[in-house]
Amino acid sequence: MIFFTIFYEFFLTGLFMYGGGLASIPFLTQMAETTDWFTLEELMNMIAISESSPGPIAVNIATYAGFKAAGIPGSVIATISLLLPSVIITSIVARLLTHFRENALVNATLYGLRPASLGLIAAAGLSVLLYALFDIPLFQYSGILFDLFDIRSLILAIALFVLIKKFKTHPVLFLAGSAIIGIIIY
Amino acid sequence: MLLKLFLSFAYIGTFTFGGGYAMLPMFQRILVTKNNWLTEPEMIEFFSISQCLPGVISTSTAVLVGYKQKGTLGSIAAVLGIVTPSVILIIIIASILSNLTDHPIASRAFMGLRVCVSVLILNAVINLWKNAIVDKPAIIIFALVFLGAILTSLPVALLIAFAGFSGIVIAQYRKIKNSESGGA
Repeated sequence: MIFFTIFYEFFLTGLFMYGGGLASIPFLTQMAETTDWFTLEELMNMIAISESSPGPIAVNIATYAGFKAAGIPGSVIATISLLLPSVIITSIVARLLTHFRENALVNATLYGLRPASLGLIAAAGLSVLLYALFDIPLFQYSGILFDLFDIRSLILAIALFVLIKKFKTHPVLFLAGSAIIGIIIY
Repeated sequence: MLLKLFLSFAYIGTFTFGGGYAMLPMFQRILVTKNNWLTEPEMIEFFSISQCLPGVISTSTAVLVGYKQKGTLGSIAAVLGIVTPSVILIIIIASILSNLTDHPIASRAFMGLRVCVSVLILNAVINLWKNAIVDKPAIIIFALVFLGAILTSLPVALLIAFAGFSGIVIAQYRKIKNSESGGA
């Protein structure tokens, strides 16, 4: 039953993602590997669209991923399942609000969660970066080292990185620029 | 009141790009300045509590604000408000694009977009580093989870649970160590 699987996957994502939008990506890269809902390439397209659309990024990605998995019902179920754990937990916290952040147990847990969440995002980022910049299947096929790198993508990535560091403007501008440059150079 | 909560959060959901931290200024404008539902320090407090909770930061903030105004119903109205525009818009975009990604121009645009997405994620990791990696045990947790995610197919949720548990163990260990050295 695909709807139950969607519910389960996104409920788990909502329960275990820490630190905002991008924290959901490691869960989705794992879904790309373990389900036939979408490929890593499709996921990267979805992330690009979600970052360029208004609203919370993780909600956008979940809606999109659910749509890919099972159309409009899939997107609604994915979004609700993603939000359900955090709505329940936050409602409980809202009642106990005072001293939540001074709680030693909460702080101890967060001390472990922050680097872990970052480790997961870094790992997902690495697989995404490898996919975008290197043509590993072509290299395995031809064995020519030159085939491994996509020089255009590499130059674009370095240029984007420098620009992002220099001008701390909105990501949407960089995404829009990259789409236009992509049409020109590829 | 419920309708007003829904509409205010729908407005925030429609007119903020970039999620999480990018949403804070809009939260302040709509919730603090325009509606006076919160004071400035409360807003910051709600936002930082949301950062400590699992899930999506901006929807957790919506739950806290909605609850303060109108209890459980208020929090539901606020959450529905902030996600409804997203859901509708993404469904529309996804339906249009599913026929379009095979088009040569669109597929070239997406090649550029994928490079940008990977650079944005890399940049986010660098930005988050200072806040998350505060000492040596934190680096070890980072490294273990990073390697676990790359080299094994362990569920992501399990890695997170392991890290939360490690945090508690490390804190306990430090407490015992401190009380020992304090007693000596």
